[in-house]
Amino acid sequence: MSASAFSHKPHTGRQAASATSRRSFPLTPYLFLTPYFLLTIVFFLYPLFYATILSFYQTNGPTRKVFVGLANFRFILSDPDFHIALRNTLLYTILSVTTQVPVALALALLLNARRDKLKSFFRLAVFAPNLVGSIFVGILFSVLFVPRYGLVNRTLQSLTHHGLLIAWLNEPSLIMPALLLASLWMYVGFNMIYFLAALQSIDASLIEAARIDGATPIKVFWHVTLPSIRPVTTFVVVMGTIGSLQLFELPYAMLRGFGPKNAALTIVGYLYQYAFQSGDLGTGAAVGWILTLLILGASLLQLRFLNRGQS
Amino acid sequence: MTPLQLTILALIILGLPIAVISARLSRGYYRYLAMIFVAVIMLLPFAWLFCAVIKDKDILNAYTFLPPFRDWSKTTLNLNNFRDLLQPHATMQGPVSFWRYILNSLFLASASTTITLFFSSLSGYALAKFRFPGQRLIMTFMLASMTIPGVVLLAPNFETIYHLGWMDTYKSLLVPGAVSVFGVFLFRQAFLPVPDEIIEAGRIDGCSEFRIYLTLVLPLVRPMIGAFCLIAFLGSWNSFIAPNVFLQSQDKLTLPVILNQYVGEYQQQYGVFLAGTLLAILPPAILFFALQREFISGLTTGAVKQ
Repeated sequence: MSASAFSHKPHTGRQAASATSRRSFPLTPYLFLTPYFLLTIVFFLYPLFYATILSFYQTNGPTRKVFVGLANFRFILSDPDFHIALRNTLLYTILSVTTQVPVALALALLLNARRDKLKSFFRLAVFAPNLVGSIFVGILFSVLFVPRYGLVNRTLQSLTHHGLLIAWLNEPSLIMPALLLASLWMYVGFNMIYFLAALQSIDASLIEAARIDGATPIKVFWHVTLPSIRPVTTFVVVMGTIGSLQLFELPYAMLRGFGPKNAALTIVGYLYQYAFQSGDLGTGAAVGWILTLLILGASLLQLRFLNRGQS
Repeated sequence: MTPLQLTILALIILGLPIAVISARLSRGYYRYLAMIFVAVIMLLPFAWLFCAVIKDKDILNAYTFLPPFRDWSKTTLNLNNFRDLLQPHATMQGPVSFWRYILNSLFLASASTTITLFFSSLSGYALAKFRFPGQRLIMTFMLASMTIPGVVLLAPNFETIYHLGWMDTYKSLLVPGAVSVFGVFLFRQAFLPVPDEIIEAGRIDGCSEFRIYLTLVLPLVRPMIGAFCLIAFLGSWNSFIAPNVFLQSQDKLTLPVILNQYVGEYQQQYGVFLAGTLLAILPPAILFFALQREFISGLTTGAVKQ
């Protein structure tokens, strides 16, 4: 849509008369929102509705389909591969959120100093990995985790004299730790920025008052700092969960597929495999709905739980 | 599960002392030591990547970083990885050079950023500076739509794109994402404090509503424009699933898609695809340095304020 579609004739005389002249242009906001309306109908509402229908069909590419009722859902829920994907995704989500949040908060506390010249450099260093896309991080870490030559194993070897031969990406039980390390490196700076902003908005006099009253630093942290940053903690936890449940690109690039014994298969990976490698869009749509329900359920649960103590 | 538990334990052991130490010694030297330690860990993979791509493939695995200074020469340190990467590759669409993918990605990310910036800010302006029936409903709907994961729309959108005849075109990537709901909210937030008097003055001077938005109001939220440009650019530059699904011709692919292919093609010769990875992370880094200040303040706008 070109810019000229929005240009109006000037309404010079009219709005000068009324004090609340916003009301004299009832059409303008709707016109400005037209691109949003159109795109939402075509690429959001319609596909959302259509995904529901599609999930009841067996499809082969975008042109051929047969109605199969609930067979797609029955198939997915009894498929051992989906169980693996679900287990991997949930495990990753729980572990990554529980490691990201304390480490990000610790880094934010570390950097939270007023008038500190080095601060912006450290903030930059910690945030830098976030600029690198998941695919690129995956490619980089697929080499960093190589046995014998990779940076991770060489560092382990030089520090502990063990670990040079650990095959992180060939051993199913080691894939999840490798994935967690890579994602910690990638996302911790992003979460830290939020905690840092929250810490800097705490009223300094509050902490000063607690200190004067003789509270130890740990008590100040527990009773003043933590409650003050609660909304941001909730935000980081909920956003982290939503993002983690949609994990796909990082393990896909890191393991050049789904790994031995599907140890790096996630729900989105499962969807991708069915919808775009086998051409079964119906199963893909059904997995999409299952994932959506999972995300909605998890977010609502977390919001209820995390906001409970707040009056 | 044992290695897993070990990792968790290691992370907690690592994280907690940092928290305690920093809370205790807010002015001590330990704080700087801890900061340096963290910064080194975070930057080490980048340093390693840089060293790996300038080493010759014969000595790639001989040294963790660089060979000792006395061994520096053309045969140990060179740009052969880049030479191999940038030479044209035979594809179904004829020989394609890696430059092509860089240009594709640059074009797509810039076009997508410009389009998304324009439409998202326009919608945000309408929601911030007008009162109209249905406004609350639209905003509630937008918020609700943000909770739906993008992948659920992927399969049905694939059909839509196919029937529109947009497969293998950049339209399939640029049009569906032209309005970012997240961007609409960011811009609404940024436009709210803009005084209404400016808009009134524009109207009295006979500006059209669109010109008021474009020439009077938009320039006032420059920090948000900077922040959003970076967010949109990163989103497009790093996106993998959509280009991988919608683009088919080899000469139209983007960097994440082609590098993921090269990983399979070059297997153990990883200097080549690592060189590509290094080139692929430079443009976002340059943009970030240019927009750093705006970015960090823009990112945290909605999250910290009540």
